[in-house]
Amino acid sequence: MIRFEGVNKWYGSYQALVDIDETIAKGEVVVVCGPSGSGKSTLIRTLNRLEPIQGGRIEIDGRDIHAPGTDVNALRSRIGFVFQQFNLFPHLTALQNCTLAPVQLGRLTPAQAAEQARALLDRVGLANKADAYPAELSGGQQQRVAIARALAQQPPLMLFDEPTSALDPEMVGEVLAVMRGLARDGMTMICVTHEMGFAREVADRVLFMDGGRILERATPADFFLHPQHPRAQQFVADIRRPFAAGPGF
Amino acid sequence: MFDLSLVLSGSYHAMLVAGLRLSLELAALTLLFALPLAVLVALLRLAPVRPLRWLGFAYVEAIRNIPLLAHMLFWYFGAPELLPEALKERLYEGDIEVISAIVALTLYTAAYMAEDIRSGVRAIAPVQFEAGRSLGLGFLATMRLVILPQALRITVPPLISQTLNLWKNTSIATVIGVGELMYQAAQVESASFRSFEAFAFATASYLSVSLLITGLAAWYQHRYPVRAA
Amino acid sequence: MRDLIDTYWLYFLVGQYPKGPLGGLALTVLLAALALLLAMPLGLALGVARLSLWRAVRWPVTALVFVVRGTPLLMVVFWAYFFLPTLTGYKTGQFSTMLIALVVFDGVYLAEIVRAGIVGLGRGQMEAARSLGLTHFQALRSVVLPQALRHMLPSLVNQFVSTIKETSLGYIIGLSEVSFIATQINTQVFTKPAQVYLCLGVAYFVLCFGLSRLAYGIESRGKRRPPPRVPA
Repeated sequence: MIRFEGVNKWYGSYQALVDIDETIAKGEVVVVCGPSGSGKSTLIRTLNRLEPIQGGRIEIDGRDIHAPGTDVNALRSRIGFVFQQFNLFPHLTALQNCTLAPVQLGRLTPAQAAEQARALLDRVGLANKADAYPAELSGGQQQRVAIARALAQQPPLMLFDEPTSALDPEMVGEVLAVMRGLARDGMTMICVTHEMGFAREVADRVLFMDGGRILERATPADFFLHPQHPRAQQFVADIRRPFAAGPGF
Repeated sequence: MFDLSLVLSGSYHAMLVAGLRLSLELAALTLLFALPLAVLVALLRLAPVRPLRWLGFAYVEAIRNIPLLAHMLFWYFGAPELLPEALKERLYEGDIEVISAIVALTLYTAAYMAEDIRSGVRAIAPVQFEAGRSLGLGFLATMRLVILPQALRITVPPLISQTLNLWKNTSIATVIGVGELMYQAAQVESASFRSFEAFAFATASYLSVSLLITGLAAWYQHRYPVRAA
Repeated sequence: MRDLIDTYWLYFLVGQYPKGPLGGLALTVLLAALALLLAMPLGLALGVARLSLWRAVRWPVTALVFVVRGTPLLMVVFWAYFFLPTLTGYKTGQFSTMLIALVVFDGVYLAEIVRAGIVGLGRGQMEAARSLGLTHFQALRSVVLPQALRHMLPSLVNQFVSTIKETSLGYIIGLSEVSFIATQINTQVFTKPAQVYLCLGVAYFVLCFGLSRLAYGIESRGKRRPPPRVPA
């Protein structure tokens, strides 16, 4: 469903993505992990063209997303994106956050959109918060609303950019539970995350990135138990023994 | 059609240049008087004594809520009447227009600059002030030796911005008959009926100096960026 | 002083109305309100244009903003006064001339306020809206501007105060706003210039100080509402 061919990206003189080649099948759940600055967020942001690329090709459903004449808004409305900082619209209620895009883009009538929004909020466990404003919700609740908002577009693909990194630890679980549910229902998902438990449990594949390159691809079991690439080995070791990973221990 | 040579040489040119010079002099003199006054008013607003703070507040609010034009009219038409005869005579024989303009501009500009200085001082962490006081320095000494030197770096960009406003405000002196650039442009216009050329010269002059001032601000922020403590 | 006020208070407030055109303090407020109202759409358009991704839009607007901000308002008034009749073919009156000059001048200043408001919102809101598939303009209209405009309200009220002060320049082209009226009163009375101009100052002060207190009130109220609980 998704294909990266020779993708390269620079920020000025700094190369953020180097010769990315990868294919992701429909229904796959892929976790992208790696140290900070490895390019993982950049990678998924190229998929909905939040970031431009300077070299290579990205195909979704066989179509080049950078082909001239591509309607970028139509593309984005078919990809759900969940941000690290949630980015809910603070001047709208949870329900209105979810109905804005379907109504504005003419997909659904306001009544249909509201009905769908309620169903989605129920699915993420926030049916009773439909009329609450983001300021009245906890971080975990906000992120779940953000997921519902993305799902309101009925996208075949969901992208998650470190969805739990900005949350207090006790709220991480509720968001991961929603994501697990989506995966079980067959959604194609690409998640940039540090949550290795989630990766082990839910992901079909793990991509390890460092320095803008994909250095290793494996099933979660293979990746965490038998990493091949030296930097992947270092990474896995650091996760397993976080306290030993610093100087002086 | 448009003949710029009329204003680039000859008597009209001389008039306009004289006007430009007077505008620059007005701005420079005002700056000279307004800065110390602004520091004084800022200190008043920050004083530990309530009545002094109120005095500073009253000054700033009274000045800022009245347009500069009204200030100029007051200092030219109204204030001299309140002076003793002898002084009044001397003023009317001298350059009362320019003096009134400078008084109005100074008071007006100082009110705005005082607020910028006050913001700059307030941006310095209060602990700095406490540190100065706990060393035994009085209010004024702490201000002078500890706070103001630090506040200066933050305050310079807004002060340069006020200088830009001051430069533009010199044009208002025309209403009380000061022969600055705007006045001269209007004079050239009524003498030659060449409104475009006269105003083009004036506009270009204002813009050039504005560009210089803005450039100065940009250079300053590049050379002395604000560093956090 | 007492009889000065008693004789001239109506003239000061409304000029020759109804036996002539509106003048005085009423004209000042009307002109300022109208100017700001008309300048808002211009300011919105210019402010958004300043942030455009296309250089062909951004550069001319930035140049316009720089030119207008580097020129005294009086200069703009003179340009309008001397050239509008030629440009439009109509003999533009003093009110219209002043109005147009103010709209152009304030439009540019409002553009900067709008720009600061949008930039201050941060990229996240725009990105979220675009990620849902909304176009740039839909995102601006439904997500960015509603929030930015709310934050800009105190600045807008302050701009209204500035505009009221700017109307005083109508004096120079003979518009019967309140400063001009005061001078006419002074010419008639002749012996009490300090009192006349003091009254003028007080009138402006009450009007502008009142409005700036309003702006302060709006700003404080905005700050007292609980901030959104998004972790750093």
